Amino acid sequence: MAQGTGTATTRMVDGFTRDELHALLFDMILYRRFEEKAEEAYAIGKIGGFCHLHIGQEALAAGSIKPLREDDLVITAYREHTQAIAKGISPGAVMAELYGRADGCSGGRGGSMHLFDTTVGFWGGHGIVGGQIPLGAGLAWAIKYRGGDQICVCFMGDAAVNQGAFLEALNMSAIWHLPVIYVVENNGYGMGTAFSRVSATEMEARSGACGIPAHTVNGQDVVATHRFFAELAERVRAGAGPQFVNAVTYRFRGHSMSDPVSGTYRSKEEVDSAVEAQDPIKILRDRLMDTGLLTQEELETLDAEARAAIEGAAEFADASPLPDPSTLYDHVYAEINEHGRLFLDGRGSQGGSHG
Amino acid sequence: MAELTYREALNAAMCQEMDRDDSVFLMGEEVAEYDGAYKVSRGMLERYGDRRVVDSPISELGFTGLCVGAAMAGLRPICEFMTFNFSILALDQVINSAAKMLYMTNGQVPVPIVFRGPTGAALQLSAQHSQACETYYVHSPGVKLVTPATPADAKGLLAAAIRDDDPVAVMEGELLYNVRGEVPDGEHVIPLGVADRKRAGNDVSIVTHGKMVHVALQAAATLAREEIEADVLDLRSIRPLDVDAILESVARTNRVVYLEEGWPFAGVGAQIVALIQDEAFDELDAPVVRVTQADVPMPYAKNLEQLAKPSVKAVVDACKRVLYL
Repeated sequence: MAQGTGTATTRMVDGFTRDELHALLFDMILYRRFEEKAEEAYAIGKIGGFCHLHIGQEALAAGSIKPLREDDLVITAYREHTQAIAKGISPGAVMAELYGRADGCSGGRGGSMHLFDTTVGFWGGHGIVGGQIPLGAGLAWAIKYRGGDQICVCFMGDAAVNQGAFLEALNMSAIWHLPVIYVVENNGYGMGTAFSRVSATEMEARSGACGIPAHTVNGQDVVATHRFFAELAERVRAGAGPQFVNAVTYRFRGHSMSDPVSGTYRSKEEVDSAVEAQDPIKILRDRLMDTGLLTQEELETLDAEARAAIEGAAEFADASPLPDPSTLYDHVYAEINEHGRLFLDGRGSQGGSHG
Repeated sequence: MAELTYREALNAAMCQEMDRDDSVFLMGEEVAEYDGAYKVSRGMLERYGDRRVVDSPISELGFTGLCVGAAMAGLRPICEFMTFNFSILALDQVINSAAKMLYMTNGQVPVPIVFRGPTGAALQLSAQHSQACETYYVHSPGVKLVTPATPADAKGLLAAAIRDDDPVAVMEGELLYNVRGEVPDGEHVIPLGVADRKRAGNDVSIVTHGKMVHVALQAAATLAREEIEADVLDLRSIRPLDVDAILESVARTNRVVYLEEGWPFAGVGAQIVALIQDEAFDELDAPVVRVTQADVPMPYAKNLEQLAKPSVKAVVDACKRVLYL
């Protein structure tokens, strides 16, 4: 690791200024506090359904998404609260969506697994393992079709690479040279099944059959991750074609809220050891303190700001109304003409009686 | 008017729409260099180039998902299935992505895509290549479905499907591709959700869709020799459904046969029967009878296949049954 030199305002770590490093640290703390708040809200019934937390994996959200342009496109699976925030959706709009409220980023129709705001380039939030991979190829196809210079970053969990959709999408991306980066958030487990139990080859080998270059990055090191994605994004933008990234990380919580942190599929010792040694926030914090780029007081200020932002998000969600019942049938179809009937549930005026 | 085959009419619709909108492109297996497995896209590669007429790998789930993703981004893909039988591999992307996207994004992301290709049985293609796939599609809110039976309807409905902002399945028929008929010249667009009376009669209604329209017309001709005049109502569009046209026919004849190519369980006819008993029960002089494929996978042997398919005789018999003859 390059050591900082010079005064506090100019010294750098791996090419990053102090302010940039503080911003990355703040982002990760913000994501951590968001997920902790979601955990708390889930426990008291404010959030329902499935809810998958990103705690332990915050460096990937900050490190891979922050280097992108606002008009670049991100599409992902269902452990995506922090990715949505990283791409530019406000924590309040994400929390309101988790609460099932009208001001949620998907109007309360999507929930935890289906966060969307295409105005900031966040394209969901998809709940079928691997289902978003061909969609990501399609977003990239549209960029290329129109001659644009954006890129698409398509995230997936490690288990998704065993879906047929993965192979099919990677093959098409390669033959059509699409501007897309496929990122595996490799936390080692698909729900409760270790990747090594369901794959005969290493992750890095999985894109080779399609001729797509594979890269591995330490997803717990936000500085390394950010630097890596900044460089890779520009290469893809310049025409390097599709890329495959194995981002090694670890999930500190259970698969979803109903899943214990440790138990039958991984030991308490394994989790404790990862939390101790692989916490991305601690890793950056310690590095900054060791190099004199962060004081305890500054850390406490950053944390207080993050906590205040998340409290504000929760208050926003709490204050947001439930979706209006009269909107139940809205947005099933984009186009309803005066002919024929589209809704056949016999509920008449609630949507069945037009035409 | 020009006399075209059904295949040529589909081609004309795609060219009509690709000429007016650069965001329309065609993707599927064998659609480009091979001119289409059934030659529906003949000449289109030469006319539009490989940016817009694209041979896909044999990856139904993958290329369907790619087309859905492109539609999410605002393009208007025509996603061709060599047959809808193969689209069963792609149903995750049809049902979980295309159909639900607008709703779960609260209206942010429309999916203006067309899924098209032949559905149902041809001749002796046996079980895996001979099923009517309508139910898989119309079961999901968010999807529209049209089933053109004639060349004119093929051109007009496919054009409307391409212009529509929702996912629209256009189910064709292998045995229809060579059917000839008059097709309006120039721009021809038929709104979705408008049924078409293919034959007028007041004694019994045969309501149907897709290639079964031709079976219904043959049955009607047979019945006419016994002085029974059948009303043949071609739904053309299953979702949206022209309920008014169905109810009008029921009110006039009071007797209904639903004819479809697919299986009975949760079939299109099951929905039509439910609708009629809900909204026109008092108009009926007899229970509605459905004529469907036998409730078995399609057999290969010629005699068994004929036995499994809905036949003209079965339709004639069903009409007599609702007439108590």
